[in-house]
Amino acid sequence: MSSTEPSAKPPMPVPDELTQFFWDGVARHELCIQRCQTCGHYIHYPKTICRFCQSRDLAGERVSGKATLYSWTIATQPFHPFWVDKIPYTLATVELVEQPRLMFMSQVIDCPEEELEGGLPLEVAFVEMSSELTLPLFRPARG
Amino acid sequence: MPDAPEKQAIISGIGISRVGRKTDISHLDLTTESATAAIADAGLRPEDIDGIATMGDTPPEEVEQHVGGRVGSVAMVGTGGLLAPVMGAFLAVANGDARHVLVYRTVKMMGGSILPPSGGDAPAPPRPRPSARRAGGGGEGAEGMVNVMGDMAPLLTYGAYSAANWLAMHAQRHMYLYGTTKEQFGALAVNSRRNAAFNERAVYREPMTMDDYLGARPVSDPFGLLDCDVPIDGSIAIVVSSAQYGADCPNPPVRVESMGGSRGQGGWDQRPDYPKMASIDAAADLWSKTDLTPADVDIAELYDGFTFLTFAWLEALGFCGTGESGPFVERGTRIALGGDLPLNTYGGQLSAGRMHGYWVLHEACLQLRGEAGERQVEGAEVAAVSVGGGPIAGCLLLTR
Ligand SMILES: [Zn+2]
Repeated sequence: MSSTEPSAKPPMPVPDELTQFFWDGVARHELCIQRCQTCGHYIHYPKTICRFCQSRDLAGERVSGKATLYSWTIATQPFHPFWVDKIPYTLATVELVEQPRLMFMSQVIDCPEEELEGGLPLEVAFVEMSSELTLPLFRPARG
Repeated sequence: MPDAPEKQAIISGIGISRVGRKTDISHLDLTTESATAAIADAGLRPEDIDGIATMGDTPPEEVEQHVGGRVGSVAMVGTGGLLAPVMGAFLAVANGDARHVLVYRTVKMMGGSILPPSGGDAPAPPRPRPSARRAGGGGEGAEGMVNVMGDMAPLLTYGAYSAANWLAMHAQRHMYLYGTTKEQFGALAVNSRRNAAFNERAVYREPMTMDDYLGARPVSDPFGLLDCDVPIDGSIAIVVSSAQYGADCPNPPVRVESMGGSRGQGGWDQRPDYPKMASIDAAADLWSKTDLTPADVDIAELYDGFTFLTFAWLEALGFCGTGESGPFVERGTRIALGGDLPLNTYGGQLSAGRMHGYWVLHEACLQLRGEAGERQVEGAEVAAVSVGGGPIAGCLLLTR
């Protein structure tokens, strides 16, 4: 985009009672996922009742940030002004290692298109998208 | 098997407005065209209509004022997705709450807004942002804050702004698991265009080759422009009546064999059987209420907001096994007008235009009535109709 044009503001998340812990974690560069304190299941997206045991004792816990690539798409058409100068980018559904089918919707960075593959090991990276917005994204695991 | 209440309903009339891209025709005019056509087609007068149901841009009160009929009370079926008003109408006439219900869907280019249903709690399905220019509205509140319900907010936060993005990931997973190919998606799109040539209302009727399909502008890999449906302006209406009216219908009544719906667990990306979607639950619901089987179905009018959605429905409804939709549509012979399972015979949303699931319904009725002209499937007696994808899905089994 032209350098004189101010960059569009990013679409900002609006934390609420359920998601405040998540964004607080992001501010500390920690990936936190809601976990049932009664049965131990992780739950995403955050809910008020555990669907596994109906406990209401739920809390955000830091997870390893390790994941595998479940699916992805290379977005080549921006649907919001903030992303216009960022296409193409790789949207991804990643499966966190803590629990089968614990999916996390994010992006994969630092990965050439030809290396995108189901099961690719990933690790979380906290990326400052703008002065206002930091997001947990994923890149190929380094070790 | 006890009779499901929807079996007491028939579709007694159908109507479609002028259809086109950027028509400058108002919502009300489009709705009036389809509604008056459907009421007349049913052999009724507006004053016979004692229920009006929609999810869409022209409020029922407007129709009551300008077309006639009474709004009445039709409870939406919460699991029906965009078919919620249709399913609500089936139940309303089955319950005796109404005798003749007008149901319509009116859309303008950008997909049409979706009013919260008055009688249920179904959420508005997400819809794609057609362009960056338009993206300031809709799903966002003041100051660019993401302010949408449920699981959509995180999707938007990461730049996954469109259903094209979300469903592309389902498609990609399907390709990874089953070896589904881009050309197989293309076979569906090409088949639809071939059918659209026989539909004078379809917006894109010129022939499309596989090369055209593969060369289309990428949108969200593996989806290109020709994997995505075509925004249009238009309106479709049906009249739902109680089965007793069947004998008096001037046109062949379309009977309702079964309906199925789901607001599936797991939202867009948390189903344990991803890339399956709510369609799998809706289809199970549908088959649980009928003695018919997929082998009895003569024509399939399956939602194709994106090519992959139709693949998902083919598998969900049992026309082929899990992961087999690619080979099923390959070469387009099985799904052609003369094939075993003619699919999206009017051109689908991919070529005829996006009518949010109401054109599939309209076409199924035309085919069952034997009135589909050059694209008529000989002897069509049972039609499957499906609408939706992701976490919201509804489907119908209709018979002659
Ligand atoms: Zn629990």
